[in-house]
Amino acid sequence: MNWKTLDDTQLRRLKALVFLTALLPLALLMAAAWQDNLGANPIEKITHNTGYWTLTLLLISLGVTPLRQLSGANWLFRLRRMLGLFAFFYACLHFLTYLVLDQFFDWSAIAKDILKRPYITVGFAAFVLLIPLAVTSTNAMQRRLGGKNWKRLHSLVYLIASAGVVHFAWLVKKDLSRPLLFGGILALLLALRWFYKLKSARLRRSYSSV
Amino acid sequence: MKLPGIPAIPASEITPRELFYQRRHFMQLALGGSAALLAGTAVGGEKLASSLSEAYGLTDKLTPLEDVSQYNNFYEFDTSKEGPAKMAGRLKTRPWTVSVEGEVRKPKQFAIEDLLKLAPMQERIYRLRCVEAWSMVIPWLGYPLAELLKQVEPTSDARYVEFVSLQDPEQLPGQRRAVLEWPYREGLRIDEAMHPLALLTFGLYGEVLPNQNGAPVRMVVPWKYGFKSAKSIVKIRLLKQQPTTSWMQAGPNEYGFYANVNPEVDHPRWSQAKERRLGEFLKRPTLPFNGYAEQVAGLYAGMDLTKNF
Repeated sequence: MNWKTLDDTQLRRLKALVFLTALLPLALLMAAAWQDNLGANPIEKITHNTGYWTLTLLLISLGVTPLRQLSGANWLFRLRRMLGLFAFFYACLHFLTYLVLDQFFDWSAIAKDILKRPYITVGFAAFVLLIPLAVTSTNAMQRRLGGKNWKRLHSLVYLIASAGVVHFAWLVKKDLSRPLLFGGILALLLALRWFYKLKSARLRRSYSSV
Repeated sequence: MKLPGIPAIPASEITPRELFYQRRHFMQLALGGSAALLAGTAVGGEKLASSLSEAYGLTDKLTPLEDVSQYNNFYEFDTSKEGPAKMAGRLKTRPWTVSVEGEVRKPKQFAIEDLLKLAPMQERIYRLRCVEAWSMVIPWLGYPLAELLKQVEPTSDARYVEFVSLQDPEQLPGQRRAVLEWPYREGLRIDEAMHPLALLTFGLYGEVLPNQNGAPVRMVVPWKYGFKSAKSIVKIRLLKQQPTTSWMQAGPNEYGFYANVNPEVDHPRWSQAKERRLGEFLKRPTLPFNGYAEQVAGLYAGMDLTKNF
C-alpha cells in the first residue's frame, strides 16, 4: 500500500478518526466540568482552553498545504475543510464562553470591551472574519464564488490567525512564551507558503521560456 | 466589637462561626489525609495558634482552602495558576531569617522562630483582589507589620519600606527565566506600612502558610492589588527614596507604585470596574480600596489617584 494515496474507504475512515480526535478537547473539558475538576476559576479555564484549541486547530489547518507539498500526500488536502471548520467550532465556543459565562449578556460591558480593549477588539474581529470563511466552505459555495475569488477570500485565514496570536499576546500579563510559540509556528507556515509560491512561479517561468 | 470603619456586610454572606470551624475541621482532616499521601510536598498542615481578631472577623463568605492553595500567582515557581502548588515542595522554609535594615536605629536579623513569637498572632479575614480582576476571601494569620518595624526603630529618614523576596533558582525554578527582575521586590510608603491593616502574615486557615502562598512569611496589604503583597520575604529595607518594584520595572505604564484597588482606574489593557469572586458566577463591582476605603482613603488625601495608580 502506498501511504501517499488513499482509496475512498481509507479516506472515509481517516476523516472519521480526525473528526473524533478534534472533538476530544471538548470531551475532556466537559468531563473535567462534570467532575468539578476545572480548578478555582472554571470560567477562566474554559475560556483559555477553547481559545487555545481555536488557535491550535487554525495552525494545524494552515499546516495542511505545506505538509502536502513536503510529503506529496495529496489526501491531506481532503482534511483541510474539516480542520478549518473545527477551528471555527472552537472559536464559537470561545466566543460563547465570553458572552454567556464570562459576561452573562452584559451588552454594555461587551460593547465597551470591544471598543476599548485592544485584545478583545482584535479577537472579536478575528472571530467575525472567520464567519464568511465557514459559510463559504461548502463545495457549492466554492463553485459559486469561483476558484480565484474563493482562494482570495480564504487567504484571510492568515490575517485571522495573526490576529488570534496578537489577541493572545495582548491578554497575557507578563509571560509571553506561549503566544510567542504560536507566533513562531505561524511565521514558519507563512514562510513555507511563500517559499512554495516562489518556487512554483519560477517553475512556471522556466516552462514558458522553453 | 465592631470597629467604625468596617463596612457592613449582608448577613447572608457571613458564614456562621460554628459552620466555619466545622468546615475548617473537615478540611484539616482532609488535608491531614492528603498530607500523609503527599509526604514531602508543600502541604504544611502545621497548626498555628491565634485568636480571631473580632474587628477583622466579620466578612464575606470564605474562599475554600483548596482554591486558596491551588490557584496562585507566584512566578518564582511558575507562571500558571496551578504550577506553584505543584512546584512548592522545593522551597525550604527552615532555617529562615528576615533581615530588617536601612534607615533604622537597630537593624536586626530575625530568625523565623522569633518572628512567630514577636507579637500575638491574630486571625483576620481579608478580601484579596488580584490585578487580573478575580478575588478571594482568606482567613490570614499574622500581626501588623508595625509591630516588627517598631522593634528596629525607623529613623525620620525612613519614608519607604521595601520588601525583598527569596532569590534561589534551585528552590524557585521559575527564577531561571527572566519573567520579572529577580529577586521580587515590592514596596510601601512608611505610613502604609505602619497602617494596622498591613499584616505581616505567617498562616492561613489556622495553619502555617502553604509554600505556594508565600511561606514562611509574607505581607498582606488588603486594599492594594495582590502583587503588592510580597511573598517569602527575606529582607525588609527602610529607605529614604521610593523603591522601584519588580512590576514597575516590568511594565511602568501598567503597574504603579501605589496599586491601590480602584474601579475607576483601569489597567491599560483591561477594566478594573468588576471582579470575579472565585466561586461566584456573576461578576461583582469592585470597591474602592477593595472595600477598605474608610480605613485607608485618608492616606491618599489630595493625591491624584489616576496619576498615582
